[in-house]
Amino acid sequence: MNVLLDNFPEYRDGFIGTVSITAISSVIALVLGVAIAGFRVSPVPPLRYFGTAWVTLLRNTPLTLLFLIFFFVVPEILFPGMSPFLLGSLALGFYTSSFVCEAVRSGINTVPLGQAEAARSIGMTFAQTLRIVVLPQATRSVIPPLSSIFIALTKNSAIAGAFSVTELFGWQKLMSDRGYEIMPVFIWVALGYLVVTFAISGLFRLLERRMEVAR
Amino acid sequence: MSASVLYDAPGPKAAVRNRIYAVAGSLAILALIGVSLMRLSDKGHLAPEMWDIFNYAGIRQNIADAVLATLKAFGLAAVGSLILGVLLAVGRLSDHKPVRWTATTFIELFRSIPLLITIYAIWVGFLTDYSMWALALGLSVYNGCVQAEVLRAGINSVPKGQSEAAYALGMSKTQVMVSVLIPQAVRAMLPTIISQLVVTLKDTSLGFIILYPELLQTARLIASNTQVNSQYPYVSTIAVIGTIYVAMCLLLSALATWIEKRGRRAKTGIAVAAAAETPGILPVGSLAAPRAEDGPADGTDANGADGAGGGNDANGGVSKTD
Repeated sequence: MNVLLDNFPEYRDGFIGTVSITAISSVIALVLGVAIAGFRVSPVPPLRYFGTAWVTLLRNTPLTLLFLIFFFVVPEILFPGMSPFLLGSLALGFYTSSFVCEAVRSGINTVPLGQAEAARSIGMTFAQTLRIVVLPQATRSVIPPLSSIFIALTKNSAIAGAFSVTELFGWQKLMSDRGYEIMPVFIWVALGYLVVTFAISGLFRLLERRMEVAR
Repeated sequence: MSASVLYDAPGPKAAVRNRIYAVAGSLAILALIGVSLMRLSDKGHLAPEMWDIFNYAGIRQNIADAVLATLKAFGLAAVGSLILGVLLAVGRLSDHKPVRWTATTFIELFRSIPLLITIYAIWVGFLTDYSMWALALGLSVYNGCVQAEVLRAGINSVPKGQSEAAYALGMSKTQVMVSVLIPQAVRAMLPTIISQLVVTLKDTSLGFIILYPELLQTARLIASNTQVNSQYPYVSTIAVIGTIYVAMCLLLSALATWIEKRGRRAKTGIAVAAAAETPGILPVGSLAAPRAEDGPADGTDANGADGAGGGNDANGGVSKTD
């Protein structure tokens, strides 16, 4: 109890940090993931290969390695002195985008064949077919896997804390450095994460119910 | 839906357009890579001296030790998580309420807490001097919970007739679980189990944070202890060690894909039931024969339909994904 009350401002900052890095990297992952899923089913071979390579590579890269790349290599390529928060959310977003891409692609596979055939037969182009007909229908079946992907993203955001981003794991480290007993710290941090993950799964359940009515 | 359903076979105009997109896309990707390499070489990261450090025996030895350390943690975690997974799955399906609840709480709790938090707490709280064991224990707990859920799904997917038949033969609950349900569950879930093992291998990289000298920690140590051209060789070390890591993960993933493909091929023959030929009175010895073949044994009733349905599903999946 004492740990939390004595260090509440830091805990609050950490919690807000976790929520904001999760939110920002979710947006990055979602945009990139959908775009690359589009690449993977597109009629242009090099884009397809690029999509496949992206997914295979990122899915088999440990997230910590990706963080190392983003903190030591990327600043050299772009420009030095980028904030850890930005680099962290980019790394998380890129990593998660490969999982989002796979979820979206299998969602595209669940849309009945006739839909795309009908769209083609009234003369829609590939982009139109995807944007107007297939993707909106795929959304419904993509939402459940997306929920677990974003929960995993929240849990992965703990690694950012080890790379000097202000978030809950950073608080745990700080507290154990200050000599507090680890178990209470662990419980409070775990609770913080549970709140975020429960919020996400609740949000997605709500979304799912909304979508279900539309059918 | 295969990708080709989404667009028509390109006509002359579309073919030209696609070719333009293809060239433009490839050029853009190549340009991105080229610019990155140029920026890196401008800062001196591609200088030969930077990469020459991997010719030193000491550094090679370091990397070999690191690979070994990673594999050791992975081996311990894999064994631990599989054992824990079986125990938790069986516990969660137990008929005794306290056991079931304990297992369920354990699984739900540790599955929803970030792995890093658990590992760090174990390291600081209990095993400060044994970072390898802290890492292996944390990985076992978290992945054990995931494997338990995978196995439970597998056990639930075994047709009910299997356990009913086993009970009818007079097997005890333990016997049914150990010799009938778990083998079939493991076989059905092998690809998922192995891809979770890939996740375990990837997660050994969290040892970086608790200072366990695995691959990434070694990379950091090498890079921060060597100075070349008054610079730290982070880029070259990360490139080399990252390649080793990704190669190990890709190998394990390839194994999972191979096993999945093999399993799919084996499944296709189940639908045919040979039950019609069996004579009215079975000699005792022949009781065992259909059981050995698994599928056809209960192919006459509802389970036959189940099996066929499953087969169709699997086939549908194949044609869809390919």
